[in-house]
Amino acid sequence: MDYAFATIRELRQALDDKEVSSVELAKFFLARIKKYNPELNAFITITEDEALAQAGDADQAIARGEVGLLTGIPYAAKDLFSTRGIATTAASRILENFLPVYDATTIAKLKEQRAVLLGKTNLDQFAHGSSTETSCYGPSKNPWDSARMPGGSSGGSTAAVAAGLAPFALATETGGSIRQPASLCGISGWKPTYGRTSRFGVIAMTSSTDSIGTVARSAHDLAITAEVLSGHDPKDATTGNVPVMDYSAQLSAGLKGFKIGVPKEYFVEGIEEDVEKRVREAIAVAKDLGAEIVDVDLPLTGFGSLVYAIVTPSEVSSNLSRYDGIRYGHVTAEAKDLFEIYTKSRREGFGDEAKRRIMTGTYALSAGYRDAYYLKAQKVRRLLVQEFEQVFKKVDILLCPSSPNVAIKLGSAADNPLFGYIADQLNIPGALAGLAALSVPCGFGRPKDGEAVELPVGLQIIGPQWGEQKVFQVGHAYQQATDWHKQKPAGFQN
Amino acid sequence: MNDLKYEPVIGLEIHVQLKTRSKMFCASANNPDEAAPNTNICEVCSGQPGSMPVANREAVKKSIMVGLALGCEIPEYSKFDRKNYFYPDLPKGYQISQYDQPLCGKGEVVLGGSKIRITRAHLEEDAGKLIHEGAGSLVDLNRAGVPLLEIVTEPDFRTPAEAKEFLQDLQNIVRYLGVSDADMEKGHLRCDANVSVRRAGEKVLPPYKVEIKNMNSFRAVEAGLDYEIKRQEEALKTGGELLNETRGWDEAKAVTVQQRIKEEAQDYRYFPEPDLPALHFEKGYIEELRRLLPELPAAKRTRFMYEFGLSKKDADVLIADKNLAGFFEQVVSEMQEWAEEEGRQDDIKKFAKLTNNWIVGDFQALLKTTNQDPQDTKITAENLAELIKMIDRGEVSGSAGKKILSVMFEKGGDPSNIAVDEGLGQVSDESEIAAVVEKIISENSSVVADYKSGKKQAIGFLVGKVMAETKGKANPQVVNKILQEKLG
Repeated sequence: MDYAFATIRELRQALDDKEVSSVELAKFFLARIKKYNPELNAFITITEDEALAQAGDADQAIARGEVGLLTGIPYAAKDLFSTRGIATTAASRILENFLPVYDATTIAKLKEQRAVLLGKTNLDQFAHGSSTETSCYGPSKNPWDSARMPGGSSGGSTAAVAAGLAPFALATETGGSIRQPASLCGISGWKPTYGRTSRFGVIAMTSSTDSIGTVARSAHDLAITAEVLSGHDPKDATTGNVPVMDYSAQLSAGLKGFKIGVPKEYFVEGIEEDVEKRVREAIAVAKDLGAEIVDVDLPLTGFGSLVYAIVTPSEVSSNLSRYDGIRYGHVTAEAKDLFEIYTKSRREGFGDEAKRRIMTGTYALSAGYRDAYYLKAQKVRRLLVQEFEQVFKKVDILLCPSSPNVAIKLGSAADNPLFGYIADQLNIPGALAGLAALSVPCGFGRPKDGEAVELPVGLQIIGPQWGEQKVFQVGHAYQQATDWHKQKPAGFQN
Repeated sequence: MNDLKYEPVIGLEIHVQLKTRSKMFCASANNPDEAAPNTNICEVCSGQPGSMPVANREAVKKSIMVGLALGCEIPEYSKFDRKNYFYPDLPKGYQISQYDQPLCGKGEVVLGGSKIRITRAHLEEDAGKLIHEGAGSLVDLNRAGVPLLEIVTEPDFRTPAEAKEFLQDLQNIVRYLGVSDADMEKGHLRCDANVSVRRAGEKVLPPYKVEIKNMNSFRAVEAGLDYEIKRQEEALKTGGELLNETRGWDEAKAVTVQQRIKEEAQDYRYFPEPDLPALHFEKGYIEELRRLLPELPAAKRTRFMYEFGLSKKDADVLIADKNLAGFFEQVVSEMQEWAEEEGRQDDIKKFAKLTNNWIVGDFQALLKTTNQDPQDTKITAENLAELIKMIDRGEVSGSAGKKILSVMFEKGGDPSNIAVDEGLGQVSDESEIAAVVEKIISENSSVVADYKSGKKQAIGFLVGKVMAETKGKANPQVVNKILQEKLG
């Protein structure tokens, strides 16, 4: 078997059949990471010793017959998840060399499963961005074309999975940071319902919107990870008490009788021609599988990015206050007083984007402006939530593109004024409304820059809040009928 | 200099540290007195990246109980907000507090006949402590995240004594509720005051106010306010300028010292805490808490006065200490039972008064020698009641009773046994006393003659002789009666 591109299900089978041990798998993936990471820059930290120890434990557990869904399965984690005793940088200077004292709840759950952590993946600094280009450790590269970005902010996680360096990875999303890089790297990504998974121990960006999910090779694999990671966490008061289903066991219901909405606001000018074609083809596949396709309107869509532009920096400005050089993280070498410890440590430690958001957010929350900005934005957000609630009374799910474009060249975002804007339009309203969503590969397209390369296109499947089962079911049905998710980039063979 | 009359306008901001098992937003122990620094801390209260708060139910419940005790409206909806500012004792760079939807809304308490309006009471987390050593400062986060209830009053106090009295009452209330030790010296109860001065009879608030901090005892609150009012009056009389400022009370020098001029309000950029869902209370829950409220000091005072006929002064002494009042009630209830058995229901107020005298007098004096709580000594309520009954029955004298009480305090035990063991039983038997009286009369013929010739006060000398002969055990009333009979 080609373990590099095997699914979690296949690896589970191989482990259970004693065809391969967890230690062998860990060594196999660690070797691939060492071989390919210099080119891809997907990992910030490789946790070789921990991985081998955890894999050894997993093998013993398997021998004892104590096998969970992910026992012995290797994975990578975005470097935004707190890992006890393992460097956690948020790809920032201010947390360079920072060793957490505790594990995030999701990391703890995977430890309990005896999954094997291979390393921590690259991201935009503090997840502020959608290209990994704001990382202090340099950008990651897209495995389909190393001159291009993998997307972001979870670009290290998606590049690692796409290149066969890990079967799945933990990722986070605030406004597209799972769906967009999954789309650009040609893999499947799950953006959970807000509150479905615990945020405890994940370095906060926008607390009211952050969702903790995964990227993997199939909707089925995502459903397996969802079963393990979902549920109420007593340490995260915003997690819901909604029952966790056996997501992976109930995938095969098919699409007969499913009502699928196609929102016209998600197919606007600025979407690349090939992207729109591939997504429309995917919708046709869904129709062939028995789903009813209806056009729907989401007229408030355009307000999403405006709300986001206020809410995100406001919360970021507060969430980044703890990085003050007093207890941990970067502290300036010389300061004449307390004020200078703060200003110099933070000036030296934060990147430009973090500083921009701190300034914008501080302004938006200031006395006299809070009502006009933050509170008004929250009211509009409520309207967005209601608009989705209405549409999900008519349809089961929505289908649309995950990203308006295929992967663009590193450094070219600045020349593409619509890059952020249209992408936001596709991802942000659903993120603000806390919806469940997937991105699954749906073919290839040529980039707008005219280069003769074929790059992955992503189909976005949006469900209602707590609609995990529906999005996994649709994703799985689509992947049963197509094999776009089985495509792998050239150049990453063993 | 003018001769106008001025009056102060005083409002208080009081922080009550709530006694809970764990801190406000995490599982770390709530023990701010822990001596070893940074031991009761975790990833949450030390503000580690990624950590999240979870609200402490017990603290919310206790806050609402205080609100109910202060007559506050308790809204069905409340939420937490972030108050953003930088300081090394504040690990997250923001304090989780409450901005516009506090747990407790407007309230009102009656204080010595006048009404004091409560503006609000909200729940928040305490900051850590800074320890300044040499050139640097150290941070101890044991206190960081401890639940604090901030109670704000309207500017309804007209004298420092009123403010002090309110604070003492509040201390008593939170102790009755069992929500805080409320020890000012230990910082469980902290009081800042806003004070300004206006022409007597003015209705509007003065155009400035001074906040006084660092008053760490009841005495300091009164003294700090007194000083500050005089300072402000002086300034007004001499045309001096008064500013919006924060001043600190300097205990040693007995003056207030300027700390900060508040030219404009600091902007804390409050916004709803996104890590904590809003709080919704069902009416039934609030009513349940109202039912759970114990009898509060004011109600207890009234009851002691009406039910037991105590004076306000006596009742005040008892209610000032919840445990002392409780012990008093236990003893009185023993006395009531006895009174009913003896058919002496009419004497209940007399017994209550006697009980009060013993508890506030000798018993409390004994408590002070060992710093004990009334419930913790070897004297049970039953035994103390027994002692009072023995005195009432004339089995022991009052002075013997004092001796028995100190033996009970030291060793415990039944007072009648102690009376026998120590030979302190009172002799009321008339024939026994009559024999001694005969003896004294025969030995003191000249005094007897004086008495018979009209010097009635001479009987006192004879009573004293009889008492000395019986080593104080004779019942003086009986002695008096027999002497009068014998001497005709």
